[in-house]
Amino acid sequence: MKIQESPKAALPQTAETPSRFRNPIGKYVLVRNARCVGCGLCATLCPYGVHPRYDVYSRALKPKSHRCIGFACRQNDFYCIDRCPEKALTLRQNPILETLGDFRWPAEMLIGHWEMAETGRLPVVDLETDLGCSGGGFDKIRFRHPDPDQYLDVPDEAVDTGIDLNKRGDGRPKKRLSLPCYGGGMSFGSTALSVMVGRARAARRLNTLTCTGEGGYPPELMPYADHVITQIATGLFGVREETILLAPVVEFKYAQGAKPGLGGHLLGDKVTPEVAAMRETVPGNALFSPFPFHSVYSVEDHKKHVDWVKEINPDVLVSVKVSTPTDVDMVAVGSYYAGAHIIHLDGSYGGTGAAPDIAKKNIAMPIEYAIPKVHRFMIEEGVRDEICLIASGGIRNAMDVAKAIALGADGVVIGTAELVALECVRCGNCESGRGCARGIATTDTELGCMISTQWAEQRLVNMYAAWRKTWCALLRQYGLRSLNELTGRTDLLVHLDYLEPSERATYRPAPEEAIIL
Amino acid sequence: MPKKYHVAVKTAPPRFPAIGKYTTVEFKEDCAGSCRACVKKKCVYGVFKETHEYALRRIDPEYLYICQSCFRCVQECTKGIFSRVINPAYKNLGTAYWRRDILHRLWYQAHYGKIPVSGAGYRGPFTGKGFDAMWTDMSEIVRPTRDGIHGREYINTSIELSRRLPFLTFAPDGGPDCRVPAILEISIPVLLQWPEHLVKTESALLCAAGAAARLGTLMLLDPEDVTEALLPYAGSIVCRIKGDAFQESAPLMEKIPMVEVADGPDRTHILAQLKKVRPNLPVAAGLPLTPDAPEQAVALTEAGVDAIHFYATQDGHEKNTPSPRFLKDSIRSVHLELVARGLRQRVNLLFSGGIAMAEHMAKAIICGADGVVADTVLPVALECRLCFRCREGLSCPVALDRPVNRQWGRQRIVNLLGAWHNQLIEVMGAMGIREARRLRGEIGRSMQFEDLEQEIFAPIFGGKKAVESA
Repeated sequence: MKIQESPKAALPQTAETPSRFRNPIGKYVLVRNARCVGCGLCATLCPYGVHPRYDVYSRALKPKSHRCIGFACRQNDFYCIDRCPEKALTLRQNPILETLGDFRWPAEMLIGHWEMAETGRLPVVDLETDLGCSGGGFDKIRFRHPDPDQYLDVPDEAVDTGIDLNKRGDGRPKKRLSLPCYGGGMSFGSTALSVMVGRARAARRLNTLTCTGEGGYPPELMPYADHVITQIATGLFGVREETILLAPVVEFKYAQGAKPGLGGHLLGDKVTPEVAAMRETVPGNALFSPFPFHSVYSVEDHKKHVDWVKEINPDVLVSVKVSTPTDVDMVAVGSYYAGAHIIHLDGSYGGTGAAPDIAKKNIAMPIEYAIPKVHRFMIEEGVRDEICLIASGGIRNAMDVAKAIALGADGVVIGTAELVALECVRCGNCESGRGCARGIATTDTELGCMISTQWAEQRLVNMYAAWRKTWCALLRQYGLRSLNELTGRTDLLVHLDYLEPSERATYRPAPEEAIIL
Repeated sequence: MPKKYHVAVKTAPPRFPAIGKYTTVEFKEDCAGSCRACVKKKCVYGVFKETHEYALRRIDPEYLYICQSCFRCVQECTKGIFSRVINPAYKNLGTAYWRRDILHRLWYQAHYGKIPVSGAGYRGPFTGKGFDAMWTDMSEIVRPTRDGIHGREYINTSIELSRRLPFLTFAPDGGPDCRVPAILEISIPVLLQWPEHLVKTESALLCAAGAAARLGTLMLLDPEDVTEALLPYAGSIVCRIKGDAFQESAPLMEKIPMVEVADGPDRTHILAQLKKVRPNLPVAAGLPLTPDAPEQAVALTEAGVDAIHFYATQDGHEKNTPSPRFLKDSIRSVHLELVARGLRQRVNLLFSGGIAMAEHMAKAIICGADGVVADTVLPVALECRLCFRCREGLSCPVALDRPVNRQWGRQRIVNLLGAWHNQLIEVMGAMGIREARRLRGEIGRSMQFEDLEQEIFAPIFGGKKAVESA
């Protein structure tokens, strides 16, 4: 079925944005040995740009291995290994992959996101970017095989991936984002300023939002204020009347999925004079955001908070971020009755700048359970249509986003994937000493200069542009024009453990890599 | 202000370089030689300085304990000569249950006494077997009983090991008509015992006993292990007696706070004897964890023991059965049987074997234990690599078969359990529970994988067809 659609949505402009590092990590390694005579045939053959060559320089350069599509290229007549007249090239899988990644973010998912962030398109290398090796949750959920008759032949521009944040009809602005995602809170202090600003710039270009986290509102964010959420958490660091007035959305952070019930903690090493000034504290002293809000012990108390912010800024929308305890459904409904526009559920496997390992693994439930639980309960309560349900915590890729929406969310918040786009390797050493050695989650004056705002902005735009392609392809398969139509469509999902073996075999199996933690 | 329980931790570095996870490989034939941008100089963590020093000391350079895996050396080398592999020694570390990452974390805690903290979210499987198939709950907004991090010093982790009367009785004149037993309380819900399957020396036992005394807990020891040197710690020792041997240890019996009677046909007789000799001495019964543990627990409780100590295998399973259950299920069954019989308040349940992480302690208590007994983690705190060479009579790679510095060893164990104590407080704080005793059997403060699947996924996906590993 071919349908003419208009108007076309304005898609963000992608641009090649290479790695900051000299030796990008790819799935394959291509080695050129001494027999190479520099004939340049490989450079003319390879359509992926693996073999760089300059007109004014005749010697062969080191191959850009991370662009190589690997052994799948054998079937092509431009397969450089076979075509090299001197047989000087060797291709092998990169052995370093064994040392990269983990169960939730395996090496291929990391590399795939680096490629998306570099190119703005879906990977051409055979990488598993949609599934991790965790053996449960999103990694065992699949979209049902589509009916070919349902296929909707429309271009990406005609597919609506936007979400509405205000469904209450309370006279406040009907804020609409062009993506079903916005950026999670990462404070000034936990990430480099260039990363914060880069995220804000990307949010503006993508018509979505990013969040200050609980660390104040650096003046560098002011130009992007329409796309920056002000977060109010228990420490109230950096919260001022003017930052509430600036914000299109204010987010109350009651808890964080990675460390529910523990509050925030910025280690002293990262409290530089600038960070301390922003938070009005002492340099070098560790900062705690104590859990919980000591002024909130009931829904009525919570409503006072919401009313307070609404009173200060008559145009602001209010988001309430909670984690996922057993009674998360009751908490969500309580927040609705307190007047929130957005309920933000942060699942237990979510990202963090620093959290006790015992908390990350053990406290509260994964988001895969929380979304349908809350979605169902709000339908039963008759309030689902008036609230924007946002999920986060362990949503790693475009397919996870789609699965979360099909389970019942309206949209998601993305944190870790944005940092991966900026070449995070998930080494987990964000919290102490000088912070992130790769210049992402650091306040160190030297390391913090490793990233430019423009580079960060474009990498994020690229990644989301690639994700959008995934959503568009998915929606077309089910005859859907909008991601909103996907919300709560659990009938489109299957779980491998709930299928008969014969049917299970028709779906992609859960990856089982020998991950060594 | 009343004095608060506090574990004084202090850095106690390892005596031997710990086995690191990664090995950086350099293809030196391609090295530029005198590159001014050499990544080795720029390493944020100073790894290459350390390896240089290892080389000077002629120690194997693959022990990159401090490498944080940032990949900058690999990605920034001008000649691309760096690669990385996982240290083969790391791959061979530990067992299927006592995994390498668990050992690493235990070493870290014994070294620094700190809670392992990291960034970037959880990295492991979605769920797993045993304790990994449950999550602890937390209280979100509307529970006024919690105080978060500011109230953590008020969280009480002590438990009792002595018996409790189900109720008090009074004489017609209003005076008490019953004898209230003395209370034996320990400050953390963990006792210590040196594992039988690993090398045991007097100095190692001294370290552990010293740590038990410092921590305000108890250590289980066989009478033959209680040497002259250990006598100063008698107040922290629980003697495990077999047969009538305790008659020969009368001086020791006068000093210890508790005794454990081993499993055997003469246990009833020994219990009766002990009542005569030391009527006020709390008595525990030690027995292997088997499928009939609930019935055994009922019988022992009715026989009047104060505590029951079940010994599971080193990987936390039942013994003497072809289809052993994991601790989680066994603890539940024992606890619930005692609850059903109205006996639970009269006895304290301890479980040993398979307690490898702080979360196991919290989860065992949630399942119904009063406390746990840490065993294998003690030698691990003293750098044991679980290579099991000692079982074959071979030398220990970390010299645990030789005398260990007592202060150092004690501090390592104190550090480890101090970190566990802090983690227990974190979890209890998140749950809004202020008493470890209140946590016992509070299964409602946890979420079970199978329950969540049934409650949330089954209405969506139908009946489960695949048998989960959990």
